[in-house]
Amino acid sequence: MADLYQIEDLRLSLADMTAKPLFGAAPRLEILKGLSFTIPKGAVVGIVGGSGSGKSTLGRALVRLLEPSGGAIRFDGTDITHLPEPALRPLRRRMQMIFQDPMSSLNPRHRVGTIIAEPLRLHGFDAIPDRVARALDHVGLPQSFAARYPHELSGGQRQRVGIARAIALEPDFILADEIVSGLDVSSQAQVLNLLERLVAELGLTLAFISHDLSVIRRLCQRTIVLYRGEIVEDRPTADLFADPQAAYTRELLDAIPLPDPAQAWA
Amino acid sequence: MSFLRVNNLSVRLKKGPPLLRRVSLQVAAGDVHGLVGESGAGKSMIGKAVLGILPPSVEVTGGEIWLDGVDLLSLPLAERRRRIGATAALIPQDPLTALNPSHRIGPQITDRLVDILGWSRADANRRALELLAEVQIPDPDRVMRSYPHELSGGMRQRILIASAFAAEPKLIVADEPTTALDVTVQKQILKLIAGMQARHGTALLFVTHDLGVVSKVCQRLSVLYAGMVVEDTSVADFFAAPRHAYSAALLAATPKYTDPAAGLQPVPDAVIAQVRAEVVAFDRGAAHG
Ligand SMILES: Nc1ncnc2c1ncn2[C@@H]1O[C@H](COP(=O)(O)OP(=O)(O)OP(=O)(O)O)[C@@H](O)[C@H]1O
Ligand SMILES: Nc1ncnc2c1ncn2[C@@H]1O[C@H](COP(=O)(O)OP(=O)(O)OP(=O)(O)O)[C@@H](O)[C@H]1O
Ligand SMILES: [Mg+2]
Ligand SMILES: [Mg+2]
Repeated sequence: MADLYQIEDLRLSLADMTAKPLFGAAPRLEILKGLSFTIPKGAVVGIVGGSGSGKSTLGRALVRLLEPSGGAIRFDGTDITHLPEPALRPLRRRMQMIFQDPMSSLNPRHRVGTIIAEPLRLHGFDAIPDRVARALDHVGLPQSFAARYPHELSGGQRQRVGIARAIALEPDFILADEIVSGLDVSSQAQVLNLLERLVAELGLTLAFISHDLSVIRRLCQRTIVLYRGEIVEDRPTADLFADPQAAYTRELLDAIPLPDPAQAWA
Repeated sequence: MSFLRVNNLSVRLKKGPPLLRRVSLQVAAGDVHGLVGESGAGKSMIGKAVLGILPPSVEVTGGEIWLDGVDLLSLPLAERRRRIGATAALIPQDPLTALNPSHRIGPQITDRLVDILGWSRADANRRALELLAEVQIPDPDRVMRSYPHELSGGMRQRILIASAFAAEPKLIVADEPTTALDVTVQKQILKLIAGMQARHGTALLFVTHDLGVVSKVCQRLSVLYAGMVVEDTSVADFFAAPRHAYSAALLAATPKYTDPAAGLQPVPDAVIAQVRAEVVAFDRGAAHG
């Protein structure tokens, strides 16, 4: 299978403004420390790791909301590592990101219909009302929801609006950053079912960031484990669960609270 | 006696449908009471009602909220605010919008101590640094000078936890306090919250959608559906044998990483139909009663 993404020695550092001296440059914080991996077309790859390990930073680099400071990102054969904004623009539609926090990523003053239509307009799509209607359909929201505001939706419904907005653009790649961690198990299951269906029906490639290994196990064939900005494991998910290699992966597994008061939590 | 006692609390959208339907629950000092239920069930709404921060679009239509022996809803607004401010605190659900993006972290923790509780700036700073260390934030000095966007989601959530404990409240409403955290940090933080809570005898109303977490930190729980309590029971009884079909379905939907086939399925339509029918029957009874 051809690779949609090829990542080589990806590095990203940010200026640490909190340690900036009065004169001169702020010191650099190294966030991503040389990551290499590929994402084949049509794959569903899980990215797990502790808080602050760099998952969201990696996600933003993949869709080039952040510019790497070293290494290379190739998207469908094109080197996008340092591509300037005008050259990126036609690619932007093809790589979409769904955010951790549905409330702050949806404009509170716009109705759901407008929220989904806005990026379509921006990217010059035609037949926008049809596309909005189809996107709502895809995520299982009634058409009447187009007239609602984000605060009139539950957490799970907001998350679906975020997904609808992304898939309406017919992207090749979706990066989902912790999109189910705020949802109840029943809504989680619905969103996961939906993503599975969309991957199959629309031929999407999906990178799924989560710290919830139960969710990863359900959705992703392959899992990358990040620890402090480095990859400590990159293997088929089943192998990872059967025989976790990195100490950190074992720690992640041990810390999952099983729904059983009798299981002591060491 | 219970530190927090909610009696038949009803809340609705102004001139709209009910959001809470005669909710009752009690939390004793030093106890952790879980609130579970699907997204939109009204978990946060209960917390907001208790803390007197309901959105302007909703109104209380009945019931009592007793906090430390006083019915809050019977007090004049200013007095109610003062009482809540002095005894209760919130760990909010949404770490991104709960912190002011244009202010540094330090003052966001200390301002309340200084302005409302009359602490000296130096004492408040010392307390904030202590608490940041307690929630295992590396380099608390740097974090005090940081802006929210410079911190990861998990760090922001830990800051909000530290901030809630700052003034030593007697009741904390924790609204999904660990959903943005990875499981290893979640475990540390839950133990930390449980430890602080037990040491200070804080009553904790704990909103979560994770029954795994409930089984580790709560003594009792209420299961909500559409603003109605379908089950209020001890954690031991709940996990041994949930009484309501909806509770049982929620428990069955909870994943177990030890068993890939278990859980992560939607609550069956038949169970939803059953509990919806109960809600309809309740509303009919309320209309006639
Ligand atoms: N704009 C920024 N300035 C300075 N540091 C930053 C900035 N953005 C992120 N960081 C730091 O980079 C590291 C990685 O952050 P990132 O948000 O990628 O973590 P994460 O793995 O997504 O964590 P979480 O699970 O908590 O969301 C953290 O230590 C964070 O404090
Ligand atoms: N400001 C508001 N105006 C109108 N309706 C609202 C408002 N806030 C919440 N609601 C509605 O009230 C109901 C209960 O919401 P609440 O936020 O308590 O749910 P929750 O159980 O906390 O869900 P979640 O797990 O998604 O946080 C939902 O149907 C929601 O749509
Ligand atoms: Mg993140
Ligand atoms: Mg809530």
